[in-house]
Amino acid sequence: DGTSCVSVCARCLAKSDGVISIQDNRISIWSVGDLGNVGLNGEYQGEPQLLCDIRHNGDVMDMQTLSANQRWEKAHYHVDRDASCGGAACTGVICSNPEIVTVGEDGRINLFRADQKDAVRTIDNADSSTLHAVTFLRTTEILTVNSIGQLKIWDLRQQRNEPSQIFSLTGDRVPLHCVDRHPNQQHIVATGGQDGMLSIWDIRQGTMPVSLLNAHEAEMWEVHFHPSNPDHLFTCSEDGSLWHWDTSTSVSEKPSFLHQGGRSTTYFSHNTINQSVVSAWLSNDPTKDRMEITNLIPNQTLSVNSLDILGPCLVYGTDAEAIYVNRHLFA
Amino acid sequence: VHRRKKLSCDPEYVNKAHKEGRFLSPPVSGRPSSSCVFVVRKDQDIYIQTLRKLFNESHGIFIGLQRSEEEFAGKSRKTQLVQVSKNYRSVIRACMEDMHQAAVSARDPALHSQYSTQVSILSAMELIWNLCEILFVEAAVAGPLLLRLLDWVRLHVCDVDNMVREVLSSENPSKHELFWNVVDVFVLQGRMDEARHLLSKEASANPTSVNMCRILDDLMKKMPVPSLGNTQTLTEMELKWQHWHEECQRYLQDGTFASNSHMESICKILLGDENAILEKKELMTTWYHFLVTRLLYSHPTVKPMELRFYAQSSMDLFLGGESSPEPLDTILMAAFEFELHQVIKECSIALSNWWFVAHLTDLLDHCKLLQSHNLYFGSNMREFLLLEYASGLFSHYSLWQLGVDYFDHCPEYGRVYLELHIERIPLNTEQKALKVLRICEQRQMHEQVRSICKIMAMKALRNNRLGSALSWSIRAKDAAFATLISDRFLKDYCEKGCFSDLDLIDNLGPSMLLSDRLTFLGKYREFHRLYGEKRFSEAAKLLLMLMTAHIAPCSFWMTLLTDALPLLEQKEVIFSAEQTYELMRCLEDLTAGKSDKQKFQDDDVETMKVEMLRLALARNLARVIVKEGTLEGS
Repeated sequence: DGTSCVSVCARCLAKSDGVISIQDNRISIWSVGDLGNVGLNGEYQGEPQLLCDIRHNGDVMDMQTLSANQRWEKAHYHVDRDASCGGAACTGVICSNPEIVTVGEDGRINLFRADQKDAVRTIDNADSSTLHAVTFLRTTEILTVNSIGQLKIWDLRQQRNEPSQIFSLTGDRVPLHCVDRHPNQQHIVATGGQDGMLSIWDIRQGTMPVSLLNAHEAEMWEVHFHPSNPDHLFTCSEDGSLWHWDTSTSVSEKPSFLHQGGRSTTYFSHNTINQSVVSAWLSNDPTKDRMEITNLIPNQTLSVNSLDILGPCLVYGTDAEAIYVNRHLFA
Repeated sequence: VHRRKKLSCDPEYVNKAHKEGRFLSPPVSGRPSSSCVFVVRKDQDIYIQTLRKLFNESHGIFIGLQRSEEEFAGKSRKTQLVQVSKNYRSVIRACMEDMHQAAVSARDPALHSQYSTQVSILSAMELIWNLCEILFVEAAVAGPLLLRLLDWVRLHVCDVDNMVREVLSSENPSKHELFWNVVDVFVLQGRMDEARHLLSKEASANPTSVNMCRILDDLMKKMPVPSLGNTQTLTEMELKWQHWHEECQRYLQDGTFASNSHMESICKILLGDENAILEKKELMTTWYHFLVTRLLYSHPTVKPMELRFYAQSSMDLFLGGESSPEPLDTILMAAFEFELHQVIKECSIALSNWWFVAHLTDLLDHCKLLQSHNLYFGSNMREFLLLEYASGLFSHYSLWQLGVDYFDHCPEYGRVYLELHIERIPLNTEQKALKVLRICEQRQMHEQVRSICKIMAMKALRNNRLGSALSWSIRAKDAAFATLISDRFLKDYCEKGCFSDLDLIDNLGPSMLLSDRLTFLGKYREFHRLYGEKRFSEAAKLLLMLMTAHIAPCSFWMTLLTDALPLLEQKEVIFSAEQTYELMRCLEDLTAGKSDKQKFQDDDVETMKVEMLRLALARNLARVIVKEGTLEGS
């Protein structure tokens, strides 16, 4: 493998097509192949095959899948666009075909369309600090997090260059590095910060997080809700660990020794109380709800920079220039 | 199948290494400095794609070794260390495979030859490491020693594999012209079963030699070999071997094999006849193969300490004065002589990269085989090599992270080296800076944290990213820089009349307390907000507090007083008498501070402002005295 693996994307894993990874400033698509050779621990024995490879200038920080092919140079820059050292790092990208939104260290938000050469819209100086991550809230609204601990909602339909809402952490303005929205309940948002803390926000109410969970010992680089099984959340961090947060066992009459830690493959919690599904993440009564947290990495060394999940597959990349694929997440 | 090349000794590195080989011989004082010109070259190895896997994987093994428990003593510790050694070797082999694939698929001939050279070097490294594992890590005793050496030879002499495959896969192996060569190969490598299998083919194909084949087969079957378990003692084995040897001798002297020269020579080999073995030079290709074969058929119970004599004589006999030993030969010879330091020294000179010696020395150190061989500048050999290796990693844009862990495990100078190196990593993105900072914070390197945060904050400031700059100064708890940033905001306000980056100032939170100036900025903005919301009395109280509590810098007082003007001019009376007196006092403090000369130089605007203020204050005072003096409800 190549350089520190900064971002992985597991989009095609369901069809066992492959994993897209970044290595040595090259974007590569690997085929992880069939389940033909499975070793003693269920580890895949064969070698992933490299399908194709594109060179990229500079560090690649984030990645999404799209079917078109385009290149927008100097989308992010400081002060003077054409100065040789004026380029600024683009720290996050999100796409919802055919629209692509990027954010960067220059505090700029760019909106592109896959078929258009120039940016459709640019919000200059959207933020006075670095924007670390972006995600779609609704089709016309995006969420961004920045390095002074603010979560902002932007309405792209409006022409003014101001966020429609700003949320902040209580206490110290610790930088936020990642954000993700609950796949079904769009008012639930999770963010991860520089101190490794996981914050859950309800954006319908209040400007402060609903719960703060002390998690990692260092920066949390990525947080993802499982797209089809959103009672499960995954976070990865600079401290080398990858945590699986499982709230699917939160409201249940079964005594604890019968719990299997939410290993069911049905995609909605099978208890009949509807509120439990709704508020699994928002409720913070520790006696009622039990959240299972597991560290998925046995011997951790260097940082886990990125992760992605689809179905039963988890893929993550580390600073030890290695990519790991786990195809039996709920086994 | 590639032909393994010998390690070539690059003269540039010889000079450099000798100069750097301080740990080998201390400099003699008074000696004039040499007049060599040194060609210094950046280490290219770290940029080779496939070698990066070697560095990363071995880093994992290294860390695992350092963290492994020392509580295991004796046998289980040894097994553990042997496993670590095997892990290292399998990583080298995996790399070799990748490199070989790369060489095969390379279009550019220069690249192809570079990769092929790398494959040879990796193969040589694995050869040396394997021998070190047998002799030092596992410290095989007489008996198992020979078996391990046989495995070693079989694994590494692969020049004959093609020939073997060819013969075995042919229709009629015994008719193949190279048939006897293959049988010889098997015998020389002690692969008796395979040799017997081929002999049976010869027996069935050639009825005249059936008798001879049967006898030879029988001899091969009965040959005593050392056992790995405790089933027999060395003396038992030696006895059996003596008997067997005598039996072979009888068959030879009886002329049993006289009619077939091939089988006769095989019998001579079984008897350990040096000349007979030497005749098969091309099949053995190396002197160490010759050594092991010799030992197998003349001294199978050889003790480790006896190896050196056999090794030296084997090399002399094999090379026969035609060619001189190459660097690889010297290294292996040093290993057979159990001269650990010599092995490491020779490897350092011959190889272009510190990877091999650093990891091998570390492993040997864990086996407690290196005495604390103190170098003249105080650290020991293991640490010296690890420091060199890790320093090399730091010049790479992403492998530097591995280097950090290596420095952590160098007790004497590791920290100092880390402090110096980590400040010099180029920080082109914020994420890289964050990783570096995390490393520094985990090791309480406060100096470095401060300096890196300052660099990032300065960069942000220059790019007009005031929020980023502030977040860096918060991380470093740098009050001075926070003051600088606040001054910048205030300057912008004075020039433009409005605040930039309101999202930052409105949401400072507790970080406001980092510096007085920052607190003032936050509070001042709050004043503007209150005014905008028409909460005038609160705004007024805040404004006054900013001056009386000395939160506002003196330079800003004029602006604050000017801000008070509209409040004074309101129809409704806002400032109380107390407050008005306070404001007047502030104004007087401000004007009294100026010398007469300054007052003279003040332009009209300044004087007019002061006049207006005095007037407004007086008027307000008048109104408020009346208001406060009036009885309610009358």
